Amino acid sequence: MMQPAIASENLSKSFGPVAAVDGLTLSVDHGEIFGLVGPDGAGKTTTMRLLTSIMDPDSGQARVCGRDTVSEAEAVKERIGYMSQRFGLYPDLSVMENMEFYADIYGVPRKGRAEKIERLLSFSNLTPFKKRHAGNLSGGMKQKLGLACALIHTPEVLFLDEPTNGVDPASRRDFWRILYQLLKEKVTIFVSTAYLDEAERCNRIGLMHEGRLMALGTPGQVKKLMRGSIVEVRAARPRQAKEILKKSLPDAEVGLFGDRVHVVTDTPENTEAETIRILSKAGVEVSGARLIEPSLEDVFVSVLGKDGGRRE
Amino acid sequence: MFERIKHMLIKEFIQIFRDPKMKGVIFLMPIIQVLVFGYAVTTDVKHVSTAVWDLDNSRASRELAARFERSGYFDILFHPETGETVQGLMDRSEVQAVLHMNKGFGADLEAGRTANLQVLVDGTDSNTAGIVLNYSAKIVGEYSEKILVTRMERLLGKAPSGGVTLATRAWFNENLESRNFYVPGVIAIIVMLITLMLTTMAVVREKEIGTMEQIMVTPITQKEFILGKTLPFALIGFADVILITVIGVFWFHVPIRGNLLLLFASTALYLMTTLGVGLLISTVSQTQQQAMMSSFFFYFPAVLLSGFMFPIANMPVVIQWITYLNPLRYFLVIVRGIFLKGVGPQVLWPQMVALLVMGLAILWLASKKFKKTLS
Repeated sequence: MMQPAIASENLSKSFGPVAAVDGLTLSVDHGEIFGLVGPDGAGKTTTMRLLTSIMDPDSGQARVCGRDTVSEAEAVKERIGYMSQRFGLYPDLSVMENMEFYADIYGVPRKGRAEKIERLLSFSNLTPFKKRHAGNLSGGMKQKLGLACALIHTPEVLFLDEPTNGVDPASRRDFWRILYQLLKEKVTIFVSTAYLDEAERCNRIGLMHEGRLMALGTPGQVKKLMRGSIVEVRAARPRQAKEILKKSLPDAEVGLFGDRVHVVTDTPENTEAETIRILSKAGVEVSGARLIEPSLEDVFVSVLGKDGGRRE
Repeated sequence: MFERIKHMLIKEFIQIFRDPKMKGVIFLMPIIQVLVFGYAVTTDVKHVSTAVWDLDNSRASRELAARFERSGYFDILFHPETGETVQGLMDRSEVQAVLHMNKGFGADLEAGRTANLQVLVDGTDSNTAGIVLNYSAKIVGEYSEKILVTRMERLLGKAPSGGVTLATRAWFNENLESRNFYVPGVIAIIVMLITLMLTTMAVVREKEIGTMEQIMVTPITQKEFILGKTLPFALIGFADVILITVIGVFWFHVPIRGNLLLLFASTALYLMTTLGVGLLISTVSQTQQQAMMSSFFFYFPAVLLSGFMFPIANMPVVIQWITYLNPLRYFLVIVRGIFLKGVGPQVLWPQMVALLVMGLAILWLASKKFKKTLS
C-alpha cells in the first residue's frame, strides 16, 4: 500500500507555556487538497513549519512523502514546495532572477530548465512581467510568483500557508484555479486558510483551534459533526433579536451572521415557531425563520463554542 | 554544495551592486576615510600661532623670540603689550602660546643672572599643549646652552669639552608622520565596519522580508547558507584592503615594507572574527535598525579600545585586559608591522594565532546560535 503524502502522529510544539500545536494527528493522501482551517493563532503556521522541517517538534513525529521530518529533513525538503505567509521573494531581484535563484538552490538541472520556467510563468500569467522587480508586482502577482518559485523543482507536496491572505477576490479566484490545475498533475496540496469559503473547496479539512484539531473530514462530514440544527431567523433588528433570543433560549447557541441570527438547537421544529413567538412578543418584527444547512462557519462557531472558545 | 554557495554568492552580488547606496558604502566610504586620515587627521603639531609679549624688547629677548620662529613650530602673529590683550587673544583662541618676557630679561642675562621666560599655553587641547611645551623647553635649552658656551669661551679662551649631546632617530617612521601611522590603521577599521555591517544587514534583511523562511525549506544546509552569506562580504573586504593599500602607497607614499601575501593571509584571519561577530549580531536582531544599532554598539568601543588612535598602554589596567578580546587590536599590530616595520610571521605570529582562535570561537558560537534562531 502506498504511504500517505503527509502523516503526523501526536505532533506537539510549545513556545514556553503556550502549546502552539498540541497532539496533532492527521494524514493526507496523494493528490488530495487538504485545508487546515482555523482562526489566527490557532497553530496553523507552526503546523506548517513542523511539517516542512523548518522546525523540530517537541514530541510526536511526522512523515512527509514517507520521510521523517526530523531525521530526513533534507529528503523532505527536496520533495516539498512551501509558500510562507509572508512574501518570501527578493524584491530587488526580477521575476526571472527570483525563479532562477530558487531553481539554482534546488539544483534544478539546466537541461529543460528554461522550458520549465516558461511554463510556470505562463501558467501563472507572469510571462509579460519577467524583467520586473518582484517588489513592484501587485499583491496577487506576488502570490503567483511565490507559487511559481515553490513549484520550480516539481514538488510532490505543496504547502501553502494562508496563500491568499490580503489578496483581492479576483486574484484569489485566479489562485484557486491554478491550485486545481496542479491537482490534476497529482500534486498534493496542504493549504491553511482563515477563509471558510476556501475551506469548502478542499477535499478534506481539519478545523484547528488553540493547537488542537477539533474536527477532520470532508467539508460535508465536518458539517455533519455539528451538534443540532440551525434555524436561521430574519428579523428587522438582528442585533436586538440576537440578544433577546440569547436570554430566552439559554440552552441554544445564538450567533449573528451578517444580518441574520442563527440559532443552534436540537429540536428545530419547535425552535422555528418558538423564535417567532419570542421575538413577536418582544416587539421585534420577524420576516421568517427556517431550517438551513450549516455552513462551515456555523460548524466553526459551534465547535469553538463547545470548547468554551466563545468568550463574549 | 559548492554549486549552491556559488549561486548564493551570485545572488548576493547582484543585490549589492543593484543598490547604489551599497556601492557607495563599499567603495566611496573607504576612499573618503583614507583621505580624511591621510590629510586631515594629524597629530603633528606645527605652525602654532604665537604671541610674543615682550616687555623688555632687548637684543636678547628678540633673539630668543626669533629662535622660536626659526624652529618652524611657532608662527609669531602678535606682539601684545598689555596683559588684557594677551587675555583676549587666548580667550578667542587666536593664539595657542604666548612668550612672556619681563622688563630686565636682557639685562639679567648680560649681568650673568638667571633670566625668566614665561610660556603660556592654551591647555584646552592637552595633547597639543604638552607638545608645545616640549618644543619650548628644547628651544630654551639650546639657547641657554649657547649662552653658557659663549660665556665659558670668554672665560677660558676656548670651547668647553665633554658633556652629552643628544642624537635622536625614529625608526620605521623617520619623519614621524602621523599619516604613516593612521593610513594602515584605516584598513583595519574600514574592513571591520564594512564586513560587519554588510553581513548583519544581509542576514537580517532576509529575515525581515521573509525569504529566510523560504530559503530554509529548500535543501540548502546551514553551512551553505552561512558561507553564502559571508563569502561575498569577505571578498568585498579583500577588495577594500587592496583599494586602501593602493591609495595609501601610491598617493600618500606610506611605505609598505613587509610581505603583501602576509597582509592578505592576516586579513583572512581577521575577517573570520568580523564576519563571525556580524553573524552573531544578525542572530539576535530582528530588524535592520536593531542590527545597525548593535553593530555600532560593537564597532565604536572596538575602535576606541584598539590602539588605532589612543595607545593601549595608557589605558587603565582593567581596560587593557578587555582589549585582549578585541580582534582589531591584533590586526592593527599586524598591519602596522607589515606596512612600517616590514616584519614577518616570526614577529607577528602571536597576533595571528590570537585572531585565528578568536575567529574560530566566534564563528562556532555564531553558527550554533544561528541554528537555534531558525528552529
